[in-house]
Order: sequence, then structure tokens, then C-alpha cells
Amino acid sequence: MKKYTVKVIAILVLLALALTSAAAEDGKVYRTLDEIKASGTINIGVFSDKNPFGYVDENGEYQGYDVYFAKRIGEDLGVAVNYVSTEAANRVEYLETGKVDIILANFTVTAERAEKVDFALPYMNVALGVVSPESRVIKDLSEIGADDQVIVISGTTAEDYLIKNNPEIKLQKYDTYANAKTALENGNAVAWANDNTEVIAFALENEGYEVGIPSLGSQDTIAPAVSKGNETLLTWINDEIVALAAENFFHADYEATLVDTYGLDYEDSLVLEGGGQAK
Amino acid sequence: MQSLGLEVLFKGKNFERLMGGMWTALRISLISIAISMVLGLLLGFLMSRGNRFVRGLMRCYLEFVHIMPQMVLLFLVFFGTSKTFGWNLSGELSSVIVFSLWGTAEMSDLVRGAVTSVPKIQYESAMALGMTKGQVNLHVILPQAVRRLIPQSINLITRMIKTTSLVLMIGVVEILKIAQQIIEANRKASPNAAFGVYLTVFLMYFLLCWPVSLLAKRLEKRWG
Repeated sequence: MKKYTVKVIAILVLLALALTSAAAEDGKVYRTLDEIKASGTINIGVFSDKNPFGYVDENGEYQGYDVYFAKRIGEDLGVAVNYVSTEAANRVEYLETGKVDIILANFTVTAERAEKVDFALPYMNVALGVVSPESRVIKDLSEIGADDQVIVISGTTAEDYLIKNNPEIKLQKYDTYANAKTALENGNAVAWANDNTEVIAFALENEGYEVGIPSLGSQDTIAPAVSKGNETLLTWINDEIVALAAENFFHADYEATLVDTYGLDYEDSLVLEGGGQAK
Repeated sequence: MQSLGLEVLFKGKNFERLMGGMWTALRISLISIAISMVLGLLLGFLMSRGNRFVRGLMRCYLEFVHIMPQMVLLFLVFFGTSKTFGWNLSGELSSVIVFSLWGTAEMSDLVRGAVTSVPKIQYESAMALGMTKGQVNLHVILPQAVRRLIPQSINLITRMIKTTSLVLMIGVVEILKIAQQIIEANRKASPNAAFGVYLTVFLMYFLLCWPVSLLAKRLEKRWG
């Protein structure tokens, strides 16, 4: 009985897998620009708990840098926006199944993701940053001595980058943001490397620290994404981003949503207008 | 009290939103529990009585649901069905489907166990009294089986209520998601909000599950 059961289950699972992969080949899952316009609503996947990019305020309204742009997309398309709460782990699935039309959830452009979804022009920069105490600001990685240590959080891009490109720097690894913060405050290390948005926010929230290196390593970008092959919508978004550069839309967006967290100093290094082309 | 971060609960519509999230969790679990109880009783009886083919089929279904983590089932139903069949199920409907599938499987196994645990002599005595097979099942076996079922099915019901915290992964905004939203929206204004908000979430789940336990105790006393 037991053996028989196992066999049957194995066959069923294989069948299900075969069905899934076969069906995924054909048919479009997405809605074209005209279909969205005709329906009167666009579904946009955003974060609902990542302040200040996408979050829900105390009145139950979606807010944030990504949402500000989503609202504008709705206005310019002349449709209502239906916000869908997404998680970092299911953003790609939402597009692959066409359950949302656009993802605007702090989505970093990577080659791996670009195989599964289509990215539009970027609207924000992300890179690594290094924060250090004001008493000894590290402005370049070469200032880090042989005996100095640098704090990183395990599993972050900062850790990968330093191990790969600067193996001579001694790293102090912590599992959580809170532990890394305490370590820096206790003077266990000379600096802390992390996503630049994180270290900038840290330096602004805590007295006596300065971001000596605001952008390190390869510049990544954040962009809207649509289902693979949804040409009409992708073209419309790209045109929209280019057109919005005329009014410096993303600077206005920054000033409305991100300025409290990052201050005005980083506006030009974080914001991208017109997908990074000339203003 | 300031340090507990309880003040964020009363900012704007926050409390109302949490209650709304509680209702969403309750709605999903109540519908799925109702479906699971009815189907579970029927299938459980089938499993304890049916022929080899029916039992084998049920066994497969049960094992499948047992092995799969609920999260995988949620993804399979929510994303899988639209990839494979092009159905666009809503998050809430997908949750009800998954929870009903899971609840029915566990419930039918419990029913099967309870029915087979009724001693054989009960059947024989009832048959000897001239009852038909249907009468024996309805008047003799079912009441005894249901009594044995109470503790475990209560356990299943509370587990189903608590597991609704997974549905946030398919975009359903329930208690836990709203709690995370409130904490994050107030990250700067009240950095300690996490404690107060999660405490409230704890109390809400308690309020959902405790009445079920109370009911179980009363039923056990009355029928025990």
C-alpha cells in the first residue's frame, strides 16, 4: 500500500509539473495598454510596509516614492489605480501570472530578473555606501588601514562586494541591522558598509556619523517592471518617464516622500530623471 | 505607556484597520472551516467504509496535502492556476480553496480514525437489534465518533485560524499585514511601536481562538 501510494503521488506531481511547464509556453498572461484603458483600472503591485518607498498611512491610504509615481501613471492613463500589496519574494510571480500590470516596488534591475520580466527605464539609483564616525571619516576605501575592521551585515550586497573587490579589508559580520548598529556605536570598527539608502538614513538619524563614501561599486537602478512581452505598456511607461523629465517629476516625488529620510543632499545622486538620459 | 508604542493604534483609522484585518482572517477561516467540517465528515466516512480504490485515492489526496507546506499550496493555487489554466482567482478565494483542501484532508483523517475506533461490538449489537446499515451509522456510530472528534477538531480549527497569517504572501491584507504596515509607517515617529502592535495582534488571535476552546470544553462536558 505504502509503496503504491508513493508511486502514484510521484506520477501525479510529475504530471502537474508537465502541465504547468507546457501551458506556460503559450498565450499571453498580461493585459495590453488598450485592454487596461478599456477596463478603467490598472493593477499596480507596490510594497505596503516599506516606508518611505511604499507604505500605508494611518488612514489606510497608500503612500511613498513608488506610490507617488503610481498615482501619476493612473492620472495620465485616465484610469483608477488598484494597489496590490506585494512582498519582495513574490514580485516576479505577480508579473509572470499577469495578476498585476506593473510592479513599482523598489524593484532593483538585475540580469536574472530581466529574463523573467521586462524592466522599463529606471527612476532611481542604488549603490553601496560607507558610513563612519565624524571623528575619522573614511572617504575612500584606501584609508582603511591593515588593522581596521569594517562592519557588514551577512548576506548583503555590501558583503559580497567587499569580499570580491577588496579582500584585504577585514570584515566584521553581523546578522541583524540592530547588532551592526550597536557595534558601530560601540566603536568596534572604523566604518559600516551597506546599501547607500540605509547608511544615509542612519547618518541622518544618528548624531556624529557621516557618509564618507555615498556610492561605491556598481550603480544599480530601480525601475518599473511589466510582464515579459507586454510591449504596448512598456513603451507607454518609457515615454511617460521621458516626458516627465520635463517637469522634473522625480525630484518633486523625492521632495514629497524621501526628503524626510534622506535629506536634500542626496537628491541628485539618488533620483534619476528620464531614465538617466539628459534632462 | 509611551515606550510600548500603543499610541500608534489610535492614530487615524489604525484600530479600525486592524479590526478589518481581523474580520478578513475570521471570514477566510470560518468559510473554510465550515466547508472542511462537512466534506471531512463525508469523506472520512467514505474512507473508513469505502473500497480499496476509494481508500487509495483518498490516501493520495491526504498525503499530498500533508506533505505540501500551506505556503506552497497557496502559491500553487493563486499563481499556479493562472499560469496553467489562465484563471484569475482572487487572493481571498485562493485562500479559502487552500484552507478548505487542507482542512478537509485533516478532518477526514480524524473522522476515519474516530469511526474505526468505535468498537466492532457496537455494530454487531446494533445489527442484532434489527437496525439497517444506515440506521447503525446515523444513530450509533456517528454520535460516538463525533464525541471522540471534538478535541482534535478544535485543535485543527485553531490551527486553521492561526495559519491565515500566511495569506499575506498572496496579497490578502489581514491582521498581520496591517500590523506590519502600521509599524513601518510609524518607523520614525514611534520606533517602539512593534511591541505594542504585536501585543495587540496576539490579543486579537487569542480573541479569535479562545471562544472555540471554550465551546469545545462545554461540548466535551455535555457529551463526555
